[in-house]
Amino acid sequence: MSEDMKVVEDLTQSEYKWGFVTDIDADEAPKGLNEDIIRFISAKKNEPEWMTEWRLKAYRHWLKMVEPSWHNVKYPKVNFQDIKYYSAPKRKPQLESLDEVDPELLKTFEKLGIPLEEQKRLAGVAVDAVFDSVSVATTFKETLAEKGIIFCSISEAIRNHPDLVKKYLGSVVPYTDNFYAALNSAVFSDGSFVYIPNGVRCPMELSTYFRINAMDTGQFERTLIIAEDNSYVSYLEGCTAPMRDENQLHAAVVELVALDNAEIKYSTVQNWYPGDKNGKGGIYNFVTKRGACRGKSSKISWTQVETGSAITWKYPSCILQGDNSVGEFYSVAVTNNFQQADTGTKMVHIGKNTRSTIVSKGISAGRSNNSYRGLVKVLKGADGARNFSQCDSMLMGDKCGAHTFPYIEVDNDSAMVEHEATTSKVGEDQIFYLNQRGISTEDAVNLIVNGFCKEVFNELPMEFAVEAQKLLAISLEGSVG
Amino acid sequence: MAINKEFESAKNWYINNYKEFSAGLNGLSKSFFTPLRENAIKDLGKLGFPTTKNEEWRYTNISPLLKNNFIPAAASREISLHFEDIKNKLFTGFEHHLLVFINGIFSEELSSVSNIPSGVIVDSFGKLLRNNPEVIEKYIDNFNNVQTAFDALNTAYTTDGLVVIVPDGKVIDKPVQALYLNGDDENNVLISPRNLVIVGKNSHASVVTVYEPGAEQKYFTNITTNIFVDENGNLDLYKIQNESEDSYHIEKVDAVQNKQSVFSHYNILFGGGLVRNDINTAMNDEFIETNYYGLYLGNNKQHIDNHTFVDHAMPNCVSNELYKGILDDKAHGVFNGKIMVRKDAQKTNAYQSNKTVLLSKEATIDTKPQLEIFADDVKCSHGATIGHLDDEAYFYIRSRGIPAELAKSILIRAFANDVVEKIKIDGLKEQINHLIFEHLHRIEI
Repeated sequence: MSEDMKVVEDLTQSEYKWGFVTDIDADEAPKGLNEDIIRFISAKKNEPEWMTEWRLKAYRHWLKMVEPSWHNVKYPKVNFQDIKYYSAPKRKPQLESLDEVDPELLKTFEKLGIPLEEQKRLAGVAVDAVFDSVSVATTFKETLAEKGIIFCSISEAIRNHPDLVKKYLGSVVPYTDNFYAALNSAVFSDGSFVYIPNGVRCPMELSTYFRINAMDTGQFERTLIIAEDNSYVSYLEGCTAPMRDENQLHAAVVELVALDNAEIKYSTVQNWYPGDKNGKGGIYNFVTKRGACRGKSSKISWTQVETGSAITWKYPSCILQGDNSVGEFYSVAVTNNFQQADTGTKMVHIGKNTRSTIVSKGISAGRSNNSYRGLVKVLKGADGARNFSQCDSMLMGDKCGAHTFPYIEVDNDSAMVEHEATTSKVGEDQIFYLNQRGISTEDAVNLIVNGFCKEVFNELPMEFAVEAQKLLAISLEGSVG
Repeated sequence: MAINKEFESAKNWYINNYKEFSAGLNGLSKSFFTPLRENAIKDLGKLGFPTTKNEEWRYTNISPLLKNNFIPAAASREISLHFEDIKNKLFTGFEHHLLVFINGIFSEELSSVSNIPSGVIVDSFGKLLRNNPEVIEKYIDNFNNVQTAFDALNTAYTTDGLVVIVPDGKVIDKPVQALYLNGDDENNVLISPRNLVIVGKNSHASVVTVYEPGAEQKYFTNITTNIFVDENGNLDLYKIQNESEDSYHIEKVDAVQNKQSVFSHYNILFGGGLVRNDINTAMNDEFIETNYYGLYLGNNKQHIDNHTFVDHAMPNCVSNELYKGILDDKAHGVFNGKIMVRKDAQKTNAYQSNKTVLLSKEATIDTKPQLEIFADDVKCSHGATIGHLDDEAYFYIRSRGIPAELAKSILIRAFANDVVEKIKIDGLKEQINHLIFEHLHRIEI
């Protein structure tokens, strides 16, 4: 009950809570994009030659690509020459302990509600905090190192574990994949790298917080997670960004690789600046996330709570290659005011007896548009493939839109594919029932919406579930009159 | 690039042929319809034939169709058929008015329309265009709606089709059956029927269209059907498509409904090599009901594509849609059902369901049920399932001593029955059930 009270309390704050700018001297690249900028980024990160070449190859390919224009998403075109592609907080070359971290930075994290010191003791969560593209502190490294787990920034991995990176980087999302994946491959600044060795169960939830900070800096993270045979890892990602008027571009790429019997659980809470009430500003979130279930009986599970960003374009996908592998996708997407979300998943069944589950809940309010776009593809060899999809939408107000575009392509007769979608509004009788019991309309709506999303929240790690509930309430605040 | 060239040359073929075709129109050339044809040819030039890059044609590649240079079926060709020749193609289990079209052109001798209520028109489009063009000119707005290349192609080349006009407050006692016998013994022909069904206020009509092959050669049937159902009107439109597997069959149905009207479309598909249906309904007012029922049975290399669209523009309307498919051999099914609920369309109820059974390893289905919703007080749902026959149900029937083939047939017919039972004409329902049974027997499940 006390949690509910907190939700109510948070409701009273109407402005975007996380809007502040930290003043740190950023080490920046000039605006614009060309081969020199890419060499600059690569040099800044002390990258080996092969990495620079890889980036340049991606860049050259990107030049040949055409920016996609999507059916249900409208926004002013991004000027790719007007973006700073690199910005790093100035810091000493190597950090030994938290004391060495810029106090300004620490303060920022405190405001964000993730004090590293506390985080260490709390709940056993190791945090690799990415602050404007560069990792500033990594905790619990020793504990993880004992088990042979590698958890570091991707630039560190490029320097220290080049074989692993060479083997897997771009193997799930090649730079030829799409326009934004190519861009990311060319200019990615940093991100996380996780490697779980054979037979190891990662003892703690790995988590990283991203923040977009310096003016006009697009953030291009690159995350790579590899789970060897019989291993398990749960990875959390949460985001907040400061209030800003210019649109900021965020084009991340996340690659997951699960080998035999491995399981990867990837959870996201995304709460970037959605723009103000009039639809001005906000983040463009164009992300490519994909997991490959390479091994037998492997499993990849995506859970996401998307409340932020002016535009979200994101389809965490599973390539179910190994026999008996499992893909899961649980999503809550909330849009308010002028936000646009076009999100969903792709489940590609290649191996035999592969299974996938899709549960997507979309809530639209204000003048926002919320689309589910998903693909379930069963290839010829995927005997006994099984898919269940459920996409429910809820509408609040008569100016918003909710859309469903499922693509189902089945080339195998033994497959069983089910899809259902419903659209409805918050029931007046439900609100009346709760009002009758002395619960205010706003709380009643929160209760109903939380119930609507329960299936997905249940999949989130505990700390995230609490945060997600609060976010939902804040995002929808004032949308029911 | 090669594909584009092919599409371009097919387009030019139909554009260049138009001159010769329009010269042969004779008496028809002065009609109000001629400017529409000329515009349609221009539209075809602008639109071009859709490639798979067009989202609406993503799963249907029409290049095999465009490889053939079809010749417009000539109006003057002598056809010597007797009623006995066509009897077995008819649905005879119910009383009906009959219109027969050979390659899309009305055959007066084979048709029999009698005792229709005064004011009701059941006639040929071509005949009316020649003798009483004012009767159909009233509905010119319904013709002026070219959206696709095939629609334009039809408008340019059509000379005939079915016209049913029921004035306010009338009921046609018996269903109207229109039989289209398609195909030519010598040429690969383009058949372009234009159907017009108008149901007035408080009126009722029931129309059965049947498409059958009549000759050996390949042919291309390209139909446009315009429908208008006025206030409180009620229209049942049945389509039974049983064309040859060498043929191409494309139809676009454009329906407009007024207040409190009911329109039900029944789409039963057996034949055709490459089949595409576009069924669109626009709701002009409140309290409208639209029903789409579809059943597609595919085998060999058939490609069957159904695109449906219900445009809920006004409040308090209901739409129901049920499409079921049974695909065997290398058949490829496509379903794209779109429900649009516009901003003002509060209190909309929209249901859509697409279920497909795959009977063979190589049968495939691509389904895309779509909801686009801009109003909040609505109840909309869609569902899609794809699977094979229920193993347990099959086992149950087999354990009662029923042979394998019959057991499968029972299960499939039960699956199809959800659609067939919606048919309101008993005699037709029986015959369709029989056809399904025969079809299953033929494909040796």
